[in-house]
Amino acid sequence: MTVETLLASLHLAVPELILAVGALALLMIGVFNGDKSAPTVTGLAVALLIASGLWLLIASPEGEAFGGAYLADPFARFMKVLALIGSIVAMIMTVGNARSEHLDRFEYPVLLLLATLGILLMISANDMISLYMSLELQSLALYVIAAINRDSLRSTEAGLKYFVLGALSSGMLLYGMSLVYGFTGNTGFDEIAKVLAGETRSLGVVIGLVFVLTGLCFKISAVPFHMWTPDVYEGAPTPVTAFLAAAPKIGAMAILVRVVSDAFQPVIADWQQIIVFISLASMLLGSFAAIGQKNIKRLMAYSSIGHMGYALVGLAAGNQSGVSGVIIYMTVYMVMTLGTFACIIAMRRKEGETVEGIDDLAGLSQTNPFMAVALTALMFSLAGIPPLAGFFGKYFVFLAAIEAKLYALAIIGILSSVVGAYYYLRVVKVMWFDEPKGEFDRVSTELRLVFGLSGLFVLAYLFFGGPVGTAAEAAAKSFF
Amino acid sequence: MGLQALFFYIFAFVAVASALMVISAKNPVHSVLFLILTFFNAAGLFLLTGAEFLAMILLVVYVGAVAVLFLFVVMMLDVDFAELRSGVLKYAPVGFLVGVILAVELVVFVGGNIISPEAGKAITMPIPALTERTNTAALGDVLYSNYIYFFQLSGLVLLVAMIGAIVLTLRHRTHVRRQDIATQVARSPETAIEVVKVKPGQGI
Repeated sequence: MTVETLLASLHLAVPELILAVGALALLMIGVFNGDKSAPTVTGLAVALLIASGLWLLIASPEGEAFGGAYLADPFARFMKVLALIGSIVAMIMTVGNARSEHLDRFEYPVLLLLATLGILLMISANDMISLYMSLELQSLALYVIAAINRDSLRSTEAGLKYFVLGALSSGMLLYGMSLVYGFTGNTGFDEIAKVLAGETRSLGVVIGLVFVLTGLCFKISAVPFHMWTPDVYEGAPTPVTAFLAAAPKIGAMAILVRVVSDAFQPVIADWQQIIVFISLASMLLGSFAAIGQKNIKRLMAYSSIGHMGYALVGLAAGNQSGVSGVIIYMTVYMVMTLGTFACIIAMRRKEGETVEGIDDLAGLSQTNPFMAVALTALMFSLAGIPPLAGFFGKYFVFLAAIEAKLYALAIIGILSSVVGAYYYLRVVKVMWFDEPKGEFDRVSTELRLVFGLSGLFVLAYLFFGGPVGTAAEAAAKSFF
Repeated sequence: MGLQALFFYIFAFVAVASALMVISAKNPVHSVLFLILTFFNAAGLFLLTGAEFLAMILLVVYVGAVAVLFLFVVMMLDVDFAELRSGVLKYAPVGFLVGVILAVELVVFVGGNIISPEAGKAITMPIPALTERTNTAALGDVLYSNYIYFFQLSGLVLLVAMIGAIVLTLRHRTHVRRQDIATQVARSPETAIEVVKVKPGQGI
C-alpha cells in the first residue's frame, strides 16, 4: 500500500477517525482531571459524534479503502447516520441521570464513543476480518458499559451474562468465518461472492454460513439466540439499556444485511430459509412472551426481539424493496425505542427512587398528560396501528415479503403483530384508565425533548415518510 | 549440518524431559519453572528452523507474561495440589485420548503438506524465502502496510479491554486504615494507655 492509497483510505474513513482520535483525546482529559470532568467529557463526546455525522452528510465519501477491508457506500452512510443519532440521543439522555444511575464517570462517555466507533466500522466492514474486529470493539465496550454500575448486583450480573454469551457467539462467528475462508479461500465479501457464484456451493460453505448467521443473530437478539436480552435489558442501568436497544441493533442489522446480500448473494436459497425461520420465531416469541411481563424494561426487551423479527421479514424477501423495507423499519424502530426509553428513564418517584413496573405508570394521564400522550403515541406506533410510523415500517417489509411470494411468513407476521398489540395497548390502558399510584418527579428538559420529538415523528410520519423512503431506496440500491 | 542436528537433539530432549517434569514434579513452583525451561527449549527449536520471530514471541509472551502469571497464581492462591493430584490416574485415559487426537492431527497436517504440496500455493501472502527476507522483516512488510487497518483496529480493541478492566476493578477505598507514621510517632503515653482499676474476680 503506497502513501497515496493510504491517504485516500484515510480520507474515506474520516468519520471514524474523528471518533477514534477524539476518544483518545477525551480519555486523556478524563484521566488527568478525574471523575469531576465527566460532564465536560460527555459534552465533548456528543460534539464529536455530531461532527462525525455532519462529515458523513456533507462530504458523503464513497468507495473502498484499506485494500477492500472498508467500504463506504450509500447504505453504509444511511445506517451510520442512524447509529450516530442513536448514540447522541442515548448520551444526552444520561446527562440528567448520571449521578443517580452511577454513570457519572468519565470512562462512560469514552466507552460509549468507542462502542459507536465499533458500530460505524462494522457497518462499513467489507471483509470477514474487519467485520470480526469491529464487532469485538463494539461488544467489548458494551459488556463494560452494561456492568458499569459495579456496586449493583443486577448490573454486574447483566454485564457478566452479556459477556459470557457474547463470547460464545463470537466463537461461533469465528468458527463460521474460518470455514467460509477455508472453502472459498478469501475473506473479502466481494471475493467470496465471486467464488460462490462460480462453482456449485460446497457443504462446508453452508455450515460456515450457518455459524456466521448464528453469531450475527445473537447480536440482533433474534430467536433462538435471544436469551440474554431480557436479563441484560433489565439489569443494566436504564440509560445504558436505551443505548443497547438502539445503535448496536442498527449496526448488527446493517452488517447482517451486507453479509447476506453481498458475500452470500449467490447462495440466496440457503440463507433465505434460515432467515425466514429466525424471523418467524422472533415475531412469535416477541409477541407471546411479552404478555406476562410486569417490568417495562423486560417488556421492551421482548418487544425488541419481536421487532427484529419484523425487520428480518424484509431481509428474507432478498430483493431491493425488502432491503429498503429493513432500512425504513430500523429507522422507525430506533426512533420509537429511544422515545419509549426516554419515558422509562423519566419514571422516577418524587422521593428519587426509580421504578420500572408497568403498574407504576397508572394514571399517568392525570399526573403528567404530556408524557402520557407521547408514550401513548409511541405504544400505538410500536403496535403498528395506522397511520403511525410503526405501521409503515411493517407495511413495507410485509409488502416486500409478498412480492417475494413468502405468503406464509407475511400472514403469520401480521397475526403475531395483532397478538403484540395486546401488550402495547395494556400499557396505554394502565396510563389512561387506572387510578394514579403516585406522581413522578419533574421530567428533565432533555428527556421531554426526546420523547416529545419521537412522539411527533411517529404521529406525523405521513409527512416524513416520503424523504425517509427515498433515502432508504437510494441506500438499498447499493446491493442491487 | 552436524552441529545443527546436535543442537536439535539437545533442545528436543531437554524440552521433552522438562515437559515430563512439569506434570510429575511434586512442588507446583518447580512445575512452573520446568514449564519455563520447556518454553526456552521450544524457542531454541524455532530458532533452528529460522523462525526467529516466533522464538522471540514465545519468550516474550509465554515466559515473560504467561509463565510469570502462573507463578503468581500458584504462589498466591491457596490451592491444595495434593488433592488436585489425587485423581490424576483417573483422568489419565482421557488425557491419553486427547494426546492421541493431537498426534493424529499433527500427522495429518504435516502429511497433507507432503502429499499435496500445491495446497500451500493458494496462500495470499506467502512467506518469502529466508535468504531474501527474515521472518520479522517479512511480517513488518505487510503488517504496517496491507494490514494497517486490522492492526490499528486490534489496538483499539485492546485499549477498550484495558479501560474496561480498570473501570470494573479499580477502587479507591475510603475506609481503609492506612499507616500514618506522623500520628504513630506523635503518640504519647496519655493517648495510648488507659489505666483501669480491675476488681478481683470480675475482669473488665
